[in-house]
Amino acid sequence: MTTVTEAPPPLAPTPQKKPPRRRGRLTPYWLLLPGILWLLLFFALPMVYQASTSVQTGSLEEGYEVTWHFATYWDAVSEYWPQFLRSVLYAGTATALCLLLGYPLAYLIAFRAGRWRNLILILVIAPFFTSFLIRTLAWKTILADGGPVVGALNSLHLLDVTSWLGITAGDRVLATPLAVVCGLTYNFLPFMILPLYTSLERIDGRLHEAAHDLYAKPFTTFRKVTFPLSMPGVVSGTLLTFIPASGDYVNADLLGSTDTRMVGNVIQGQFLRVLDYPTAAALSFILMAAILIIVTLYIRKSGTEDLV
Amino acid sequence: MTLVRWLKRHLVVLAGLLTLGYLLLPNVVVTVFSFNNPKGRFNYEWQQFSTDAWTDPCGVADLCGSLSLSLQIAAWATLGATVLGTLIAFALVRYRFRARGAVNSLIFLPMAMPEVVMAASLLTLFLNMGAQLGFWTILIAHIMFCLSFVVTAVKARVMSMDPKLEEAARDLYAGPIQTFVRVTLPIAAPGIAAGALLAFALSFDDFIITNFNAGATVTFPMFVWGSAQRGTPVQINVIGTAMFIVAVLIVLSGMVISGRRKRQRA
Repeated sequence: MTTVTEAPPPLAPTPQKKPPRRRGRLTPYWLLLPGILWLLLFFALPMVYQASTSVQTGSLEEGYEVTWHFATYWDAVSEYWPQFLRSVLYAGTATALCLLLGYPLAYLIAFRAGRWRNLILILVIAPFFTSFLIRTLAWKTILADGGPVVGALNSLHLLDVTSWLGITAGDRVLATPLAVVCGLTYNFLPFMILPLYTSLERIDGRLHEAAHDLYAKPFTTFRKVTFPLSMPGVVSGTLLTFIPASGDYVNADLLGSTDTRMVGNVIQGQFLRVLDYPTAAALSFILMAAILIIVTLYIRKSGTEDLV
Repeated sequence: MTLVRWLKRHLVVLAGLLTLGYLLLPNVVVTVFSFNNPKGRFNYEWQQFSTDAWTDPCGVADLCGSLSLSLQIAAWATLGATVLGTLIAFALVRYRFRARGAVNSLIFLPMAMPEVVMAASLLTLFLNMGAQLGFWTILIAHIMFCLSFVVTAVKARVMSMDPKLEEAARDLYAGPIQTFVRVTLPIAAPGIAAGALLAFALSFDDFIITNFNAGATVTFPMFVWGSAQRGTPVQINVIGTAMFIVAVLIVLSGMVISGRRKRQRA
């Protein structure tokens, strides 16, 4: 989770001082060898196998053969485009909500918490140590039919609005898109807060004073000083939220219904239940390609290539 | 109108605390429901107070077995990923070599990939090789996805290290091994510890990759997943609550220790 944020800040390119040359020019290669071999064997090679599986035809009984059957891709997209669309939509909404909810908390920890700072940071990280499946199941209780949330929404007549919008159904919140997005937002919120906090914490407090001295109102200070300076955190936070959320199938499975299935659910089902490996591999390959394209474009556009 | 002004001034604080509440609410529910005495098979509705589950946490078949399996896998995965990742981190910071860019992207990509993609592709590899799914395939997968996180954690620490300290050690006639053990390693230790802790948490809580590559082996997250379909025992909540308390205690004691050290130095 701290991954992208720990990259050097964009303003100060790491002084690539020439590392001292030591005895043995092969030393770095020996240091790299075991770990890189592991990644090549169990991360890169599987991608090749997956690509190959996606263009195979055959059956479980008779075995599969590479026949360059690209039609699998076409069939997969035409059959499962609603799930793809839903993944992008749910993950995108959850990411936006995470930014909206996470920013005030990150700001609070960075500038307003005082001696409570460490305690709040612990409270943000601590839920990680309770299995996320157990915590996701707790939302079943919170959003239960006739439970407190449903009751409150009902008495405010908000459920009528949300079901008119199509994000809830009747008197239920569980098994609707609202529940799934709520779960996704909850599960990936810390991945947004931590990078935001790291980049906010780096901001020099004197910049705020300077803005104040120049008669900027608090909101103007935020818009012109704080927010632009926190952009690296915003970029890495959105990526760290969107990527795992788009491939997630746990929330859609536990809190949703068959109408909220995301592409992760389809891949899981095809691989582990239907055992249609070529279709599953093709779907997974498309998801990977889509994510890589989105990430590359996003990083280019936000102009923080130091991130990688 | 002072109330309005007060609200305006503290709006950020209020919004932040609301988010904190949203983050912690499920943990509160998990804790409260660990004292529940549910009627049916599912522990989603409050019935009455009971401490039965706390006095008998292993009372459900396979629960504690899966927990100990998860702890074992997490321990081995942490060891493997920390050793391999630390070596890579040192190579990246301290040496110049060819193919640095390729190495960097090979380390970045696993973190930028949805878990389900890694899980599915790894399964195709294991199926093609005819590997027996179980403990070893889970361990291989866990070391793979923890590795990159360890590299980034250790790299950040080693990068901020002053190389003059090691030069001084060498000027004082310390051999390369002595320098590494007595100077380099102690300074890099907090980074390595952070990486190891992260690896342990990631491995212990991993569900998606494990679900694909576990075969019939059941880790703790897979037990929870299965119980969500068959019926959730209260003991799950007991273990979730205990984990939360232990984690907070570990982090707090770590902070107290490092705070005391800082004060001693000052």
